[in-house]
Amino acid sequence: MELRAPESISFAQTSFCPGCGHGIVSRLIGEAMEEMGLTEKLLTVVDVACSSLHIDTWKFDTVIAAHGRPIATATGVKKIRKDNPVLAYLGDGAAYSIGIAETMHAALRNDNVVTIIINNGVFGMTGGQMAPTSLEGQKTTTSPKGRDTSKTGQPFDVVKVMGSLDIPYLARGSVSNLGDIRRTKKYIKKAFEKHMNNEGFCLVEILSPCPTNLGMAPVACSERIDGVVKEFFNTGEYIDKEGTK
Amino acid sequence: MEYVLMKGNEALAEAAIRAGCRFYSGYPITPQTEILEYLSWRMDEIGGEFVQTESELGGINMMLGASAAGARVIGSSSGPGFSLFQEGISYLVAADLPAVLVDVMRYGNGLGDIGQSQGDYWQLTRGGGHGDYRTIVLAPNSVQENVDLTHLAFDLAEKYRHPVIIGSDAAIGQMMEKVALPEMEEHNIDKFDWSMKGCKKGEEQKKITNLLYYMDNYDEFLANKYKEMEENEQRWESMEVEDAEVVLVSYGISSRVCKEAVKVARSQGIKLGLIRPISLWPYPIKAFRELSASCKALMTVEMNILGQMVDDVILATGNKYPVHKYTTVKDVPETEVIIEKANKILSGEEV
Repeated sequence: MELRAPESISFAQTSFCPGCGHGIVSRLIGEAMEEMGLTEKLLTVVDVACSSLHIDTWKFDTVIAAHGRPIATATGVKKIRKDNPVLAYLGDGAAYSIGIAETMHAALRNDNVVTIIINNGVFGMTGGQMAPTSLEGQKTTTSPKGRDTSKTGQPFDVVKVMGSLDIPYLARGSVSNLGDIRRTKKYIKKAFEKHMNNEGFCLVEILSPCPTNLGMAPVACSERIDGVVKEFFNTGEYIDKEGTK
Repeated sequence: MEYVLMKGNEALAEAAIRAGCRFYSGYPITPQTEILEYLSWRMDEIGGEFVQTESELGGINMMLGASAAGARVIGSSSGPGFSLFQEGISYLVAADLPAVLVDVMRYGNGLGDIGQSQGDYWQLTRGGGHGDYRTIVLAPNSVQENVDLTHLAFDLAEKYRHPVIIGSDAAIGQMMEKVALPEMEEHNIDKFDWSMKGCKKGEEQKKITNLLYYMDNYDEFLANKYKEMEENEQRWESMEVEDAEVVLVSYGISSRVCKEAVKVARSQGIKLGLIRPISLWPYPIKAFRELSASCKALMTVEMNILGQMVDDVILATGNKYPVHKYTTVKDVPETEVIIEKANKILSGEEV
């Protein structure tokens, strides 16, 4: 079988678990860059943990930032390399827990970076602890009886928190089925279009399976997203300002 | 040479601009805030970038990005804020990235107070962040040195691809003195082969992260880097050390009082000398080779509670002499007290 992927995405051996969504998103970014003619210009900043594994499987100049700080680091890159597209790529633990200040203030300043946040509902690399996005009742290694929201608070919904901000683009996609994968790619491309038009902070959150830490088969894990996770985290475009600048 | 009258913090900020620095990200904290305020309009004027961040964590990690993109970057803070810089400093070291960081030291632990002090010596010279690393630390004792050492700090940061710290203090930052400013320099962000530019087809991708992932001999590489710094970057000023019977060791604002004390003591026939470390790391151990057989003891004069520099003097002298301390913490040391203590040391009394 002939394998085809953008040249910026290599076929090097990866460390992603079988059924993980990171690889799909990586490819979507590669395809988007190829189609937009930005492959040789993209600068990326990734978080530690699973996000950082991209550095060896895509061929973009990349910084691995400190945990939770990729958006601040990406802002620094963009301020110096104004003609280059700059992507901050991180997980929900990084973006909404330790790095929530960096995430919020980049949005409040409307920093001109594209931010992609992988929401898989757990801390992945450290072995599946409760994340700000873990659903009510979800069992994790630090909520073994299921997340008790009376003790831990409600799951973090970026749309509720950032939906009213003066930013040009906010969308939530998913890589749990083919239709969503296609729509998510459109969201990614639209974010980069607005970014190249210097409109400001563009955020795409992507629901993604983590079969290893949820202890589920890959297909069942994707079905859980479609059946359960999307009930709480609705997908779609939430902010899409046309020609604001 | 043309002189202007400037506040220490503002002179330091202007020196950074003139060294080609076009990026600052930081957070207000006394007594360094003038650096932030000055650069808020000056960066704009010169076409640079200034970001007031949500915290020092945001600031240092933004600097890391700008440095990875090839810019000359500076950040500044004071005690409590500088502690928050430490995560980023460790990351800058790991990724082999240059940056200049300023700690305008203030008094006390925790929140402490905004007054002058030299309490961050251990934090600055021992690392402070996680892992085992060192950074070059330069300690100015005048507004002019704020300017000169800032320029030097950028050169050294680039030479070693390593963060360099300027360990200033509230007195130096807040005082006004006449100062000669250097000419304006431009920095080319494309000049480094290692910085992020966009990966062209067929080119090798830039991976800016822990070097240890990609280097078989990382520990050896890093050890050699520090060895080279220790060999080449020791800086100090000596005064009347050759025949001194008591040698003072002091840096920053307190070293200026020591200079006065040496002059007054000599006029009274007391053989006092001074070694002023300009680089707090690498510690100027070479300076202590100038000690002669006449040296009976050394005394650090520093503004902290515990006498943080005493250990370094003992190490630098091979534990050959008694090392005393005169610590004033918040207040600037006094000439008369220095001389009184020197006299006591010479007559064998406890100080």
